[in-house]
Amino acid sequence: MTKTKQFINGAKLSIPIALGYIPVSFSFGMLAVAAGIPPWAAIIISMTNLTSAGQFAGINIIAASGGMWEMGITTLVINLRYMLMSLALSQKIEKMTLAKRLITAFGITDEIFAVASTSSSKITFSFMAGLISLPYIGWAGGTVLGAYVNKLLPQKLADAMGITLYAMFIAIIVPAARKNKSVLFVLITAVAISSVIYFAFPFISSGWSVIIAAVAASAVGAAFFKEDAE
Amino acid sequence: MKLTAYIAIMAIVTYIIRALPITVFRKEIKSKWLKAFLYYIPYAVLGAMTFPIIFFSTGSVLSASVGLAAAVTVAFFDAGLTVTAITAVLVSFIFGFFI
Repeated sequence: MTKTKQFINGAKLSIPIALGYIPVSFSFGMLAVAAGIPPWAAIIISMTNLTSAGQFAGINIIAASGGMWEMGITTLVINLRYMLMSLALSQKIEKMTLAKRLITAFGITDEIFAVASTSSSKITFSFMAGLISLPYIGWAGGTVLGAYVNKLLPQKLADAMGITLYAMFIAIIVPAARKNKSVLFVLITAVAISSVIYFAFPFISSGWSVIIAAVAASAVGAAFFKEDAE
Repeated sequence: MKLTAYIAIMAIVTYIIRALPITVFRKEIKSKWLKAFLYYIPYAVLGAMTFPIIFFSTGSVLSASVGLAAAVTVAFFDAGLTVTAITAVLVSFIFGFFI
């Protein structure tokens, strides 16, 4: 297959991802501006991070004037999953130059990884470039729209839209918990820890709370249910 | 200036996580515990990021709770990200007029 064909092949597979990114990045742009972050900064964050949960956690820390260590470790823990995906992809690509690997790495997201790792196409640089381009444009473009539209929406609708991101998280965790009891256990543990911290230890900031809850719940879950994690 | 530092930290940390394994460590992870830990982390992060803060995400605990209930219901039937999000927003938006 020629390089152009591989690129187009990847781009075709990425269309649903790109479309799905628009509402998520839109709500990111909106929330970032509502949190007092200038639109240009929200757009730069999307263009340099290309990740949902990490960016949303980041704007909370910026809004709360959190520490730099808190920012670094929160970003690390929330995005730790990419390490596993990057590792899995590294086993599937046959030969690729270091420069091309470095570019491909930037585009590893949950959805792009899912398509790349399950696709029957060979993982070449052209295929990955095709797979990453449209979602990148969707992610950056949605942020631009959200960042500038924020002020035009009626207050009641803007308020209701505050739930958008969390509803998307619900869409990920609820089906996973329904299908896998050990995920349900880990989730309940994480939610319990984060709720106790929120109400009983309000001096612990949101970034640290996520770190403590997620690391503790996953460590306990991994100790009890090693085999259930495929 | 501080804003630039925050953004730089976010971007650099996120990139290093993605770039290191694909370029440097190309070995498979052997530890079962570590594999399981990495498998659970995204769900635990999302759970801890969602609760309890979702209840305070719309400016009214009541409308947020109703939106949450709607989201859980449709998500249970694999509605997907976009449908779940739109359902939650619409339900809490409409409910907002009654309180």
